[in-house]
Amino acid sequence: MSKLNLELPGLTLKNPIMPASGCFGFGKEYSQFYDLSKLGAIMIKATTVEPRFGNPTPRVAETSAGMLNAIGLQNPGLEKVMSNELPWLSQFDVPIIANVAGSLEEDYVEVARSISKAPNVHALELNISCPNVKTGGIAFGTIPEVAKQLTRKVKDVSEVPVYVKLSPNVTNIVEMAKAVEDGGADGLTMINTLVGMRLDIKTGKPILSNRTGGLSGPAIKPVALRMIYEVSQAVNIPIIGMGGIESAEDVIEFFYAGASAVAVGTANFVDPFVCPTIIEELPLLLDQLGFEHISECRGRSWRENGQLTHHRA
Amino acid sequence: MIRKELCKIISQEEIAKDIFELTVEADLVNEITAPGQFVHIRIDKALDPLLRRPISISSFNRLNSQFTMIYRKEGKGTTLLAEKSQGMLLDILGPLGNGFPVNEVSTGDTALLVGGGIGVPPLYELSNQLIAKGVKVIHVHGFQTVSAVFYEKEFLKNGETYITTVDGSYGKKGYVTDVINELDFDCLYTCGPTPMLKAIEKGYSHKKVFLSLEERMGCGVGACFACVCKTSNELVDISYKKVCSDGPVFRAGEVVL
Repeated sequence: MSKLNLELPGLTLKNPIMPASGCFGFGKEYSQFYDLSKLGAIMIKATTVEPRFGNPTPRVAETSAGMLNAIGLQNPGLEKVMSNELPWLSQFDVPIIANVAGSLEEDYVEVARSISKAPNVHALELNISCPNVKTGGIAFGTIPEVAKQLTRKVKDVSEVPVYVKLSPNVTNIVEMAKAVEDGGADGLTMINTLVGMRLDIKTGKPILSNRTGGLSGPAIKPVALRMIYEVSQAVNIPIIGMGGIESAEDVIEFFYAGASAVAVGTANFVDPFVCPTIIEELPLLLDQLGFEHISECRGRSWRENGQLTHHRA
Repeated sequence: MIRKELCKIISQEEIAKDIFELTVEADLVNEITAPGQFVHIRIDKALDPLLRRPISISSFNRLNSQFTMIYRKEGKGTTLLAEKSQGMLLDILGPLGNGFPVNEVSTGDTALLVGGGIGVPPLYELSNQLIAKGVKVIHVHGFQTVSAVFYEKEFLKNGETYITTVDGSYGKKGYVTDVINELDFDCLYTCGPTPMLKAIEKGYSHKKVFLSLEERMGCGVGACFACVCKTSNELVDISYKKVCSDGPVFRAGEVVL
């Protein structure tokens, strides 16, 4: 019997491991390495109404135990994603979570309405937290009332459950989480990247052409854990956790903090096989820790006396 | 097919100032399809440096399953790589990218290979393959200064080889472009700093020219969109190529440098 299968709004997951949006393209590249049907789900690259080229290079800069990126939501646009990328992905037995992005409220609504109709899109991830685009994105992700309203508008048109991706670049993430829950969000994904910067030692200028970028990788794991720990106790919707996960141990830690599934981002760049490796190692680790099923780990950090009661989500 | 493999280091040697020649044993040599392809190396299991380092393949030998890379010790990653020694294992992903098209020249043609600094290494395998095909090769390599010059003897075995140095401490003083103006050729292959590539592209728009680009990379396999460049198609201003998976070698004019 599987120790890893899970049910989340819209999603029947073989296992709780999915590549994070922006770190896996639309799957083609990594399909060279393994059968994508092994994955719990796939969060595809952010899709906007119109095609976007994104920011000038350099778009990445390495940091200690992490990396900064400022890609700028490069994507082929809604039409191409619908006609090329999603049909290509349908050959795999894996639910797709479509990351929806935009500059204006109408953009989000338009993408959500169309993309949620694709047969293999089982949920949306509302990207209100991209730090690398000039307009939209981040504003929706930092003002609770604005986030709530956008969530409601997208919920109204979406044919599948809507997860909202939260930005860590806020003073009070619990407030944001509650706002989008009020707006009708079916779940949360967190955390997006932390805004950071690196400077060239010779020129003194920022390495990234966008000046700032989003920090990801193991460096942000403690921040993600703390935020999931806080939010999971304050809301009644499930959280897909992300932020520096690169091992089965990390996955368990995110579940302890309160996540109901996890996404792996930057680690795909370091090891293209990281997702299937974690999926293979997780049952063994659960055995060692004495768990029958991964769901037993959920919220262990805040559950009283470590009781294995069901998390209310 | 791209493989991820733990490769044994056969040798590592400093062949010029801060320039290292590293040879490893790897089954992935059987997957190499063209000179100019590269590999992505995870230097260490530790989290810093986190990302892999893209390094071009300078030569390979299927008979003994070995391939050689030449890189410059410059940042954190390559400094750690330079400390590795014979017998140690390296986590290598590759071969990656599309290399130089050898079939663009025929027996009896003349190919001009132009390298700038640490752009020289991938041209060595190219030179070997062109020679094997009966193509005449001429090499023009530019370096900053005499202490940075490497592989002159190796290239000389294959054909005429001109060296330039910016400070004039070895070979001709100046840039590679000062030398290639005087040479005749059917096809030009080049790898080096962007200003050099730009000058060559501009100067030889009437010739067949192939350029190998360098860009900061994330994944190395085309998924992260870190190393994109615009294509020269002005009608579609969002049209792009990825240096890692569409390149690193492009026909001159194909992408905007």
